[in-house]
Amino acid sequence: MSAISPLCISRFTATSCLGAGLAATQAALESERSGLARCDFETVSLETQIGKVAGVDAVALPAQLRAFDCRNNRLAQLGLEQDGFVAAVEASAARWGRERVGVFIGTSTSGILETEIAFRARDSLGGALPAGFDYEHRQNSFSVSDYVRRRLELTGPAASLCTACSSSAKAFALAQRLIEANLIDAAVVGGVDSLCLTTLYGFHALQLMARTACRPFDRRRDGLSIGEAAAFALIERGPPSGRAVHEPDDDAIFLLGAGESSDAHHMSAPHPEGAGARMAMQRALDAAGMTPAGIDYINLHGTGTPSNDAAEASAVRSLFGADTPCSSTKAATGHTLGAAGALEAVICLLVLRHGVLPAGLNVSELDPQCPVNYLTSSRRSSPLTALSNSFGFGGVNCALLFGRGACA
Amino acid sequence: MTSLAAAIEGIGVLGPGLDSWLSTAAVLTGTRDYESVRTVLPAPSALPAAERRRAGRVVKLALAVGAEAVGQSGRPAQSLPSVFASSGGDGDNCHEICSALTAPERSISPTRFHNSVHNAAAGYWSIANGCTEASVTLCAYDGSFAAGLLEALSQVAQSRGPVLLVAYDSDYPAPLQLHRRIPDAFGLSLLLAPLDSPRALATVRAGLSAQPPSRLQHPALEALRLAIPAARGLPLLEQLARGGAAAIALEYLDTARLAVEIGA
Repeated sequence: MSAISPLCISRFTATSCLGAGLAATQAALESERSGLARCDFETVSLETQIGKVAGVDAVALPAQLRAFDCRNNRLAQLGLEQDGFVAAVEASAARWGRERVGVFIGTSTSGILETEIAFRARDSLGGALPAGFDYEHRQNSFSVSDYVRRRLELTGPAASLCTACSSSAKAFALAQRLIEANLIDAAVVGGVDSLCLTTLYGFHALQLMARTACRPFDRRRDGLSIGEAAAFALIERGPPSGRAVHEPDDDAIFLLGAGESSDAHHMSAPHPEGAGARMAMQRALDAAGMTPAGIDYINLHGTGTPSNDAAEASAVRSLFGADTPCSSTKAATGHTLGAAGALEAVICLLVLRHGVLPAGLNVSELDPQCPVNYLTSSRRSSPLTALSNSFGFGGVNCALLFGRGACA
Repeated sequence: MTSLAAAIEGIGVLGPGLDSWLSTAAVLTGTRDYESVRTVLPAPSALPAAERRRAGRVVKLALAVGAEAVGQSGRPAQSLPSVFASSGGDGDNCHEICSALTAPERSISPTRFHNSVHNAAAGYWSIANGCTEASVTLCAYDGSFAAGLLEALSQVAQSRGPVLLVAYDSDYPAPLQLHRRIPDAFGLSLLLAPLDSPRALATVRAGLSAQPPSRLQHPALEALRLAIPAARGLPLLEQLARGGAAAIALEYLDTARLAVEIGA
């Protein structure tokens, strides 16, 4: 496949258990602070840690969008409020036209939490769900994309991406195709996934949940920690000159390529040698017209499950060798599932902006079976490119490649 | 209007009273009477035994309808990137999980959990066909078919190769059925390829528009179109069944519909 034209990322933001917005996120990453804490979510009684976002319950949606009120859309709203994101989208809509800006948000569980809670009331209601239950605006997977497009008053194409833990990485790939095809000029892409009982008890049932905080790439890692996040990026057709749009606080950063593949192996276990992961990374490189030597940092999927990290290490080692610096930031943020692709894309953008490669936390002894250059302390550097990996149930893989300045 | 174009090399349909593209085309052109009986879902014989036991209704639906379109094209399924579009995923599975979570022990079966992902059908498809190509699963509520078609066309434009589109939806059991009134299972698939395909059955060109969605002439099928999100693609099939050139619009968003031109 021929190289695609780089797309400008003119604004981005992230809200996770590390804090709301980029400043809090960057401060936590630089100080190697984790946002994971003992699980105290809703009525859940599981011995594990989670990455819960503070203040979600207090978020109020605009009056005309009350039908959308659920934890997932409150988290979306909290995320949108950070880093001047709404104003940047407004400027983009003014530049291109509202119908030329798309909205593509990844989510895995949308507002299922409200349905889970509603089911508890059935016994006292003769099997019915409580009055006011709203499937369309809360449970349905499109809910969050619909909320975001209405909140931002965008009228272009929209869809939710629902490929489990690679959902919001795929949002970047899809938007890039529609811009390339000239259906739109810009897109709000991102991921929003919030804590719910299905994922907490589901990963517990699969015996994939860590008892304490997750420890990606540690020899004694025992599973993942679930988190929640809202992360967004505004991507736009690059200026004709090829030089950056000079936003006040943005050095020019670009989406250089995306690579996608499927494992065709198992619904919930990765291919043991990471064949699909490798193919996705290779295709991202091909799309950008780059070689492995051109990559300065890899943000790993790195869930902390024994099988994921071993398979991913195998894929990274076979494609990049043993030197390319890499880390998983999930010990800091938790695995934010459908939001992970966008959250970790934003972390890559912060890496490019600030030049600090984040540490993989909670490692007491690196797994010798994972022979990659895994960073256990943060490192100041001057990266020009960063790759982000996302893999999901169903064996669905996506790698995103970002770059800054002259590399584009 | 910017538009995206592709050749159609294969069509698959499965729904209430509709067991194939050929029988659906006969109903759409009025050469066969329509009798609405509950959708019959074939066993997913392409899956390994372990996965076959775990496959729910939407998986059977998506695999069957995808296989029909791929079969017509003559292309090997393992070489095809895919776009899956569904409003609700597996409603039975969702019901079982939400019910299990009301019990004191909150015990979810691992299979139920991995089947709960919206892309479960796509995952089973990739396993059944040994397909390691890219796959995306989309949801745009009642506009999911149009969102999928737009994405599939943009993939053909970018890759200059074929892509399989599978749109499918099935019913929720009560009580969710009362809040999302999908009556039965319906699936529709298209095998799309670049315009210069020697195996083209027809061509399709689509772009965004403000036109109201086209209705079907057949009253029972028009009711089906409105009842099941994946059936929002039926006006395209009506024109494909008739043959010749036509212009229609498909439901997508309140602010954007998909204008579609069909060519012979």
